Amino acid sequence: MENKCAIEMKGITKRFGKVVANDSIDLSIYSGEILALLGENGSGKTTLMNMLSGIYQPDEGKIFKDGQEIYIRSPREAYQYGIGMIHQHYKLVEVFTAAQNVILGLDDEKLDLAKTEGKVKEIASRYGFDIDPSMKVYDMSVSQKQTVEIIKVLYRGASILVLDEPTAVLTPQETQKLFRILKNMREDGKAIIIITHKLNEVMEVSDKVAVLRKGRYVGTVETRNTNPQALTDMMVGHAVMLNIDRPKYEKPEEKLIVEHLTVLDQEGVKRLDDVSFTAKTGEILGIAGISGSGQKELLEAITGLYPIKNGSIRFVREKGKEVELMGLPPKRIRQEGVGMAFVPEDRLGMGLVGSMGMTGNMLLRSWRKGKGLLVEKKEPEELAKKIWEELEVVTPGTNYPVRRLSGGNVQKVLVGREIASQPEVLLTAYAVRGLDINTSYTIYNLLTEEKMKGVAVVYVGEDLDVLLELSDRILVLCGGQVAGIVDARSATKEEIGLMMTQFVTKEE
Amino acid sequence: MTTLVALIVAAVTFGTVLMYGTLGEILTEKSGNLNLGVEGIMYMGGAFGLAGAFYYEKTAGAMASGPFAITIAILTAFLAGAAASLIYSFLTITLRTNQNVTGLALSIFGTGVGQFVGEFMRVSEGGYVALGNNLKNAFSATIFPDFLVSIPVVGSILFSHTVFFYLAIVVAILMYIFLTKTKKGLYLTAVGESQSTADAAGINITKYKYLATVIGGGISAIGGMVYIMTTAGCVWNHEGLSGVGWLAVALVIFCMWRPLNAIWGSVLFGAMMIMYLRVSLPFVPTEIYKILPYVVTVIVLILTSMRNSRDKQPPASLGINYFREER
Repeated sequence: MENKCAIEMKGITKRFGKVVANDSIDLSIYSGEILALLGENGSGKTTLMNMLSGIYQPDEGKIFKDGQEIYIRSPREAYQYGIGMIHQHYKLVEVFTAAQNVILGLDDEKLDLAKTEGKVKEIASRYGFDIDPSMKVYDMSVSQKQTVEIIKVLYRGASILVLDEPTAVLTPQETQKLFRILKNMREDGKAIIIITHKLNEVMEVSDKVAVLRKGRYVGTVETRNTNPQALTDMMVGHAVMLNIDRPKYEKPEEKLIVEHLTVLDQEGVKRLDDVSFTAKTGEILGIAGISGSGQKELLEAITGLYPIKNGSIRFVREKGKEVELMGLPPKRIRQEGVGMAFVPEDRLGMGLVGSMGMTGNMLLRSWRKGKGLLVEKKEPEELAKKIWEELEVVTPGTNYPVRRLSGGNVQKVLVGREIASQPEVLLTAYAVRGLDINTSYTIYNLLTEEKMKGVAVVYVGEDLDVLLELSDRILVLCGGQVAGIVDARSATKEEIGLMMTQFVTKEE
Repeated sequence: MTTLVALIVAAVTFGTVLMYGTLGEILTEKSGNLNLGVEGIMYMGGAFGLAGAFYYEKTAGAMASGPFAITIAILTAFLAGAAASLIYSFLTITLRTNQNVTGLALSIFGTGVGQFVGEFMRVSEGGYVALGNNLKNAFSATIFPDFLVSIPVVGSILFSHTVFFYLAIVVAILMYIFLTKTKKGLYLTAVGESQSTADAAGINITKYKYLATVIGGGISAIGGMVYIMTTAGCVWNHEGLSGVGWLAVALVIFCMWRPLNAIWGSVLFGAMMIMYLRVSLPFVPTEIYKILPYVVTVIVLILTSMRNSRDKQPPASLGINYFREER
């Protein structure tokens, strides 16, 4: 049976400022088919789908439904065209029941919860959902909440469903259940798109795979005609030369030893599972992995911000003396004389105080030094001026609120401050995220400079090309586990890409 | 026995004032707006309500009818409160100013406006603003016939109150039905709980927030008018209302944002507030009595947070302004 083309996107381009998120993408979606939209983080998958669900409007390009050109201006209009999207962050009112959530925003329908509940049950039994329509959302598990979101879309009569990383928060059993439901919906003639970067799931559930890379459309293949290796190649592409300077440090020594580190989140889910590695002086240790593989937790556990279940984190002093850091709060770590600096992912949340100027933010690192009642302001003021000049921060003055600076300048202030504390270990998370090329290189150079001073640098990054050229070694995380540690000078992009994704396959 | 009956009747009289303040604020907070300006709004309601009735009487002279004067007082008070809340709404919803700061400012502003209008009337009318006895009686008369009121005990407790008390109960019941049984009520609750969810569902959250806040402010203001026209005896009194608005805010928490709870809650709070007049114990200063409602509110807060029931918590987005592009 030849499937009908449900939606066709042609030449879709979307820019955010200077960044091109989608670059003339063509995509066709057929009824009765599950299409996996595959790509790395930041490859533009979600942006593309947001244009289908009316959250963004494309800058260029056209969308056709049944051969007719359509304009989707809001999620509401998307529903009218039968397009429904299930976002990663659920939009549900917690104190409402499932049925109340379903009816929210349906103006044409009268408030008759018994009727709505009946209809919800009918949809549920048709596709194999397991749901109690009168259950309050705050009593539901994540998977049940997802069910409500999907039913919300189906209730509005959607025939094209977009699911943004639906399995990211599900257990393997729940994932299997979801896949059965997706297959039932396919049999019912719905067009389904799942955004994902998990290869095993792509292989298991999809009929076709469309691959995006850095905002560009790479191609669509039939799932049965491909394999994980081929998909990885399409996803990561060929290595790009960046020409980042990578000098070699003479005699690296062990500086930070992490052994069998396991952490649990609030729900008791393992975020890091038996992670062991060492960071050496004069070395940049790159950390690669799909987002949410435990990078954030790893850095926060080392800095004493994340509770640790098991394991050991040891800092090596001169003459090989070791200090155990596990379980120490950040203040104690500093009191122990451990020179550790942390450039967090959330610059204006964890790193800097947005409404204070550069001087005030410098003060955050040194206020304890002041004697007497008044804070010592002179030193931070000088430091702020130094960073302002040396890193060419674009700001009207050292007291101008850092919140109003551009992302790159904010990052310079933060990195500048952390480096100024003369750390022995420098931890950075997505240090160049959202920065332009020039600023990115400034940051790379700063990190390399630190490395040559004998600092142990840990660089969590998302761009594999950068990781391969900047780091000395790369640790690949996958689902909270170490998938492997490779030499960045000899490793290939494909190898790392496969490690980032393959490990999940082995596990399940 | 008679002391108890007298206490209950007095509690209802003062409780009626609180009930309007509380019901209005419940509606406002259901939309996610924490309007701390209730104190000022009730002052304005009191002054404008009195002004409405007073100038009506002045124009109509001996022809003035009680029910008409009551309607005018309710309307002027409502409009004054609505206008004050419109300022608040414009600042917090459209300009996204901090809700706490704006509410406090409105409190001070409203108190000032109320005082000004009250004093202005007093001075321009030669030192004394009061309604004629005719209207005064109309404001404090019950709506039930004599034979009901004269039933011993029950008559006094149930049928001896002013029209404002029964009206407040009607408002509470209507509000309950609106919030729990209608689609618009469901939408409003959704706006107060999760603004981004409501927005994504295509609900016009600006409209809901404006309407709930403005109407809520109007209802709160009626409470101030009721105080001036009943407890204060239709005379401008610049002291009696002080603190009533804050009590109403506390009462909203005590009622756990449910209009029906406001009926008995406000009578209970009313009783605690006037107890020092009726059951005075030796050596216990009146201030001790007056802090009782706040102590009870704190206890209720502790109990509800201990039970950790999601249904009894404040609207989840209370006090938070919404800006769609901020994620």
